[in-house]
Amino acid sequence: MKIGVLVQEGPYNHEASDSAYKFIEAAMAKGHTIQGVFFYDDGVYNVASKMEPPQDDRHIAKRWSELGAKGVDLIVCVAAAKRRGINPDLIMPNSRISGLGQLSEMCTEADRLITFGD
Amino acid sequence: MAKIMFLNRKAPHGSIYAWEGLEVVLIFGAFDNELAAVYMDDAVFSLKKGQDTSELGIKGFIQTLPVLEDYGCETILVEKESLDARGMTADDIAIPVQIVDAEAIANLMAEQDVILPF
Repeated sequence: MKIGVLVQEGPYNHEASDSAYKFIEAAMAKGHTIQGVFFYDDGVYNVASKMEPPQDDRHIAKRWSELGAKGVDLIVCVAAAKRRGINPDLIMPNSRISGLGQLSEMCTEADRLITFGD
Repeated sequence: MAKIMFLNRKAPHGSIYAWEGLEVVLIFGAFDNELAAVYMDDAVFSLKKGQDTSELGIKGFIQTLPVLEDYGCETILVEKESLDARGMTADDIAIPVQIVDAEAIANLMAEQDVILPF
């Protein structure tokens, strides 16, 4: 199954981003395809490259970037990013900034769209 | 083409979800999808007449809501039970909407390809 994922919450403050990540890991392990991950609202902070959590905690941005390296398309909403001071220089490798049109495309092309929010 | 429902459940002010949700509707209007917006729970306050956000320093919804239809979102539903619970009636609503019960909304949900919650 082709699955699109929408993440509406930022890292650490809420569990949504962790749940999304774990869901994607599990879905891929079962052989499903991830059409893409769209970061919206505070979700855009998930791939903030200046993130530096304590060493004994999970590194959420790094974790996403590693998923991106495996070919998962990580899309940061340009409008939500601009509002929050995130630009192409401040996002992790293997992620990209694009528009809400990408979310619309995901809605039409994926078999399922799963939202992770608060 | 997909059937996409924007499911608004959160209060209009106090968080950005309702506003950024509305921005999604406006962008999705540019694509060839069948759009429906549903307002239930505290989101029914988003539609209330006479909102004045000037002292909040935010733009507010009242100017944008009337253009939803022009942007391709032709179905706008409000859940009757949510209005009743908040002492609101059709007279309190600023734009033309259909007021329907929870069962009608559930039936429409079952027809959707994608439901985006805000």
